Amino acid sequence: MQKALHIDAGKCTNCMQCELACSFQAEGVFNPAKSRIKVFSFHEQGRYVPYTCTQCAEAWCMSACPVDAISVDVLSGAKIVANDLCVGCKVCTIACPFGTVNYNHDTGKVIKCDLCDGDPACAKACPTGAITYVDANWTGYDKMRAWAGRTDAGAQA
Amino acid sequence: MSWQGKILRVNLTKGTCSPEPLNMEWAQDYLGQRGLASKYLAEEMDPKADALGPDNKMIFATGPLTGTGAATGGRWSVVTKGALTNAIADSNSGGYFGAELKLAGWDLVIFEGRAKSPVYLLIEDDDAQLIPAGDFWGMSVWDLEPAIRQKHGDPMLKIASIGRAGENGVMFACVMNDLDRAAGRSGVGAVMGSKNLKAVAVRGTKGVAVNDPAAFMEAIRVGREKLDPSPATKFFTDGGTMPMMDTTHTRGSLPAYNCREVQFDGIESVNVAQMKRPRQTDGRPNLLTNKGCFACTIGCGRVSKLDPTHFSAKDEPRYHGAQGGLEYESAFAFGPMAGVTDFEAMTYANYICNEQGMDPISLGVTIAAAMELYETGAISGKETGGIELKFGSAEALVKVVEMTASGEGFGKDIGLGSKRLCEKYGHPEFSMTVKGQEFPAYDPRGMQGMGLGYATSSRGACHMRAKAWADDFARVTPDSKAELIKATQDEVAAIDSSGICFFATNTWTLDDLAPQIDAACVGDWTAAKMMEVGERIYNLERTFNLRAGLTKADDTLPQRILKEAAKSGPAKGMVNELDKMLPEYYECRGWTQDGVPTNETLKRVAL
Repeated sequence: MQKALHIDAGKCTNCMQCELACSFQAEGVFNPAKSRIKVFSFHEQGRYVPYTCTQCAEAWCMSACPVDAISVDVLSGAKIVANDLCVGCKVCTIACPFGTVNYNHDTGKVIKCDLCDGDPACAKACPTGAITYVDANWTGYDKMRAWAGRTDAGAQA
Repeated sequence: MSWQGKILRVNLTKGTCSPEPLNMEWAQDYLGQRGLASKYLAEEMDPKADALGPDNKMIFATGPLTGTGAATGGRWSVVTKGALTNAIADSNSGGYFGAELKLAGWDLVIFEGRAKSPVYLLIEDDDAQLIPAGDFWGMSVWDLEPAIRQKHGDPMLKIASIGRAGENGVMFACVMNDLDRAAGRSGVGAVMGSKNLKAVAVRGTKGVAVNDPAAFMEAIRVGREKLDPSPATKFFTDGGTMPMMDTTHTRGSLPAYNCREVQFDGIESVNVAQMKRPRQTDGRPNLLTNKGCFACTIGCGRVSKLDPTHFSAKDEPRYHGAQGGLEYESAFAFGPMAGVTDFEAMTYANYICNEQGMDPISLGVTIAAAMELYETGAISGKETGGIELKFGSAEALVKVVEMTASGEGFGKDIGLGSKRLCEKYGHPEFSMTVKGQEFPAYDPRGMQGMGLGYATSSRGACHMRAKAWADDFARVTPDSKAELIKATQDEVAAIDSSGICFFATNTWTLDDLAPQIDAACVGDWTAAKMMEVGERIYNLERTFNLRAGLTKADDTLPQRILKEAAKSGPAKGMVNELDKMLPEYYECRGWTQDGVPTNETLKRVAL
């Protein structure tokens, strides 16, 4: 079963455990500045929103890359950057409509979410269930179920 | 590791910023944050120095777990000689600033001297510079944070600053960070203001490494397996600290009307149920949601929305968005202690504390003392500028809070703090303080151990320097409190030096915390070693205070608590029996009956 990251911002408390886990997984140190997932605080609305790559099926970044450094991982479906091929031209960062591919000045390569080989560290670290890793065909399941529960099914005997 | 091994020394008089290696021997002896910064302070400054003079130093300190993925690993401290207390101060804060400072590569920042004109410090990883504050001086915390980010074109800067209260010399001013987190107690913001330092803005991209990464990831996983599902965590996630209001009311240890009462007749209007109850005006509850600090899996932070039609803020849209809400301490201080039952007015008062950087505990308790001065005729409308400063007046509360922040009229008097205010008007007995610091939300007649903790806390009256709750709630008698208070003071000193939050240790013991520190840090860290470190820190703070001129006479409680019996509740008829507990405490500590550590004790704790 193909899985996908699913974000339920209503559950996020802005604790940054996802950013800590992501940066540790990718870099070996705790460093939110190098995290592939970011949490945004909309303070005056009391809203906190984690945001990362959604792994587009027809990925703009992959199409734009002039050296074919971005490819699909067949198991996870993640669009993955090959560091030995990436030339740091940053065209993918322009092509991505969502801003989730970013240049890393220290390495001269771009970084983006790679779904951690199909076992994303952010989802494991999230304490509230705001980030989960679920069936890619049914990311809407919980929301549908919640609304279904509010549907008036008529008088029950 | 997991210290960065580097400290920043900022000489405000000379305008210089210079890096130095961290003293790693001291790191092994004092761990970090509270302990390590206290060691630097004690070694580097004369404890007799004027707290508001250039010879006082102020240290921003992280702990070894600050900035790591350890649950709640985002704590940092401001350590200095407190303006309010003239004792050593360690004010502990959460938010994101402390972690960012560590991520930029720094364990401590030591500020010395005094800038000729207002400045702020900008830290971008290894680079640090002092910049003229210009128009930033005079700004509130809420205006300043976005203004600094905009000026430097960096939306990810994290900022710690003082509001107008710290600039105006309010003796209980805080250092604020991330809009509503505070290094709140003992007047550390007044010290920062006296140094003409408006803010510290930091951006960290270097990261925090740990000594044994695999062992550390396993240790923090085990830690979370215990912490996340625990009843204590669920309690704080759901209600923050607010549910304590009903508990202390029931136990007869809820300070009300400046400690004339130990239960509150308006409890239903100020408790956790009130915070969650939909308002009649707009159908919404005061509480909007909860939030966490950096790396926190508990999320006790309250996010509130004021009733936009409430008199305090009806014409001021800047207070209509979501902001940091009341927790138990601020709610007690603006509610029961001042006799106020208007939850929205209390919330507004708390907003002003966040916006202008004031400690809501000290502010509320000082206002309560002023109300008693007013009601007994010691002061009148002449002093208050015509404000009818009566217990229960939400209008007076709101007005006086605003005036204190801006330093106008009677607000100047309130800004002195309760002790100096009551002395000024000839009634020191109305001041509910220890070492000049106002009481938190636990009356020591119904909680005997808490009273011993207040009296012997190194930073003045404080509920966060020992863990008296469980034992005090189990029995109201004063016997056998000394050993518990001593042991938990040492435990808390170690926790406050680690970079994690006190609230995680409602679930974790030191046996749960030590493996995380051990994997993160060089050295062998066990619970036993942490207790040794904690006891060393407590004795270090004690010797600092003795050198500063404090004596046994300062280890006391207000006469009201020692002489006037509780009028209701389980402790009805009781006073705090400090005279029975204190000699036993000194003995447990290995201090003389004058409260001085003996040479053997100093040798034992390797001081």
